[in-house]
Amino acid sequence: MEWQAIWLSLRLSFWTTLILLAAGLPAAYWLTFSRRKWKFLVEALVALPLVLPPTVLGFYILLAIGPHSPVGRLYAALTGGMLPFSFEGLLLASVLYSLPFAVQPFASGFAAVDRRFIEASWCLGVSRPATFFRVIVPLSIPAIFTGMILSFAHTLGEFGVVLMVGGNLAGITRTVSISIFDDVQGLNYQSALHTSLFLLGVSFVVLAATYGLRRRVWAVWPMS
Amino acid sequence: MADELIVDIRKRYKGGPEITAALSLPLGKPQVTVLFGPSGAGKSTVLRAIAGLEQPDAGSIRCAADVWYDGARAIHLAPQKRRVGYLSQDYAVFPHLTVKANVAYGSHRANADGLLARFELTGLADRYPRQLSGGQLQRVALARALARQPRLLLLDEPLSALDAPTRLRMRGDLRQLLAGFEIPAVVVTHDRTEALALGDSVAIMIDGRLRQAGAVESVFDGPADADVAEALGVETICPAHVVSRSAGLVTVEIGHARLVAVDNAGPHPDVFVCIRAESVTIERNPSGNPTSARNHLPSRIVSVSPEGPLARVVLDCGFRLAAIVTRQAEEEMALRPGEPVTAVVKATSIRLVPR
Repeated sequence: MEWQAIWLSLRLSFWTTLILLAAGLPAAYWLTFSRRKWKFLVEALVALPLVLPPTVLGFYILLAIGPHSPVGRLYAALTGGMLPFSFEGLLLASVLYSLPFAVQPFASGFAAVDRRFIEASWCLGVSRPATFFRVIVPLSIPAIFTGMILSFAHTLGEFGVVLMVGGNLAGITRTVSISIFDDVQGLNYQSALHTSLFLLGVSFVVLAATYGLRRRVWAVWPMS
Repeated sequence: MADELIVDIRKRYKGGPEITAALSLPLGKPQVTVLFGPSGAGKSTVLRAIAGLEQPDAGSIRCAADVWYDGARAIHLAPQKRRVGYLSQDYAVFPHLTVKANVAYGSHRANADGLLARFELTGLADRYPRQLSGGQLQRVALARALARQPRLLLLDEPLSALDAPTRLRMRGDLRQLLAGFEIPAVVVTHDRTEALALGDSVAIMIDGRLRQAGAVESVFDGPADADVAEALGVETICPAHVVSRSAGLVTVEIGHARLVAVDNAGPHPDVFVCIRAESVTIERNPSGNPTSARNHLPSRIVSVSPEGPLARVVLDCGFRLAAIVTRQAEEEMALRPGEPVTAVVKATSIRLVPR
């Protein structure tokens, strides 16, 4: 079994989920409550990773973060390193790839909060941002939890984007799914079997725990 | 000049009627103004506009020296900055917070314990809203709104979310609570008894327009027109023609029936006659003795329908006249459809409004 790859995937999933929590909450808030006419365009953009082949997404990300791109140059100037085929590059790609899996459950959770609670808070003199943290977020905990679980699980199993952006560098970018692919290519079926079984087990336990902890009707597939 | 809340706004929803409202209420004395009218008249919209939750299309809202809304100057003050206490129909007590946390929500400096005691909620301080009854939820919402010491309280159908027995009890309690705090209040309701029980003054809204405003008794006793009379629940409203006027009395004709009324409609030849069902007395055999009532109308009973301890009797005396009597009276007099009776109405019980 590829413990190094498993540890890398878990780290990648953890950081991706954390970043998506920080970035996804304000994004979902804007998507839920903004009255901009062009909001639907942003909604479509956020949902793109759901339908785009991971190779296409990975290809564009690779171009966008390459050493000659503005992002790549900025990153090189700041850190001296390069994003493609690095853990940080992989993290950025994972965040983009799993974006809808966090934002959509968050947004549907926010939309389900009774507007009267929000208005009551405003009339009690509490600002909009404070109302978000004191009323909307606490009343959306199940949805936020769902979004985090989905982001984590989705990142754990990603393959195409990793291959395009991260390649296959042991300890740096070789995730569980890549290592399984690698093992199968090298006819190392025993190792592939063990790692696959582990991934299956972890995924099932995570999802079962989600359903078991809070017996509510949540969509496992993100829906808006 | 005494401080006033002056509202003069227009608002139109897509596909709905235009809502216009112009009213002013004094902020100095703690009086309750009832915004009364049938469902869908636009009462809640006016209340929400005052709270800042709804932006009117045009007009202005001023509270003493502060401008809360001015369409021409593009001013729309956020609800947070208006310092009003707003209660929505189902109170919106935060389900994830305890009673005490709810009361203290808007103001950290507030004397939450004092308010809890005043609203008899001390024993419930650590409970969650799902463990409370409707009446208790209402008290929590009121205490929470008052914790900020608002300049104005706005209550949207405050009793409609309660079951009937609780509603009866809370009607009296609410009146006392409102009187106890020195804060003027605007209460929206479509219930006549609620309006009478809670209000010092009343503004009648029908089809998006403010039709009449004034002290509760004067508006309920003297509706300005037939629509207001109908909204106030006056059972008999009939078009009539003035036949003669003399010495402050007026004789009107409805079909072949004639009625004498106090002349309070002004010099109009055509009027509506408004008669409350409780002002109509039914007699079986006219005694012939002189009575103070001016109108004795030979009628035939059209229908008798029981309503709890009372019975509603519809009479045909040339026009349809509704009367309300006790079940006891109905049984003693054996009132049955088709039978002849005499309807007695005092001239002072007839309200005439211009047509």
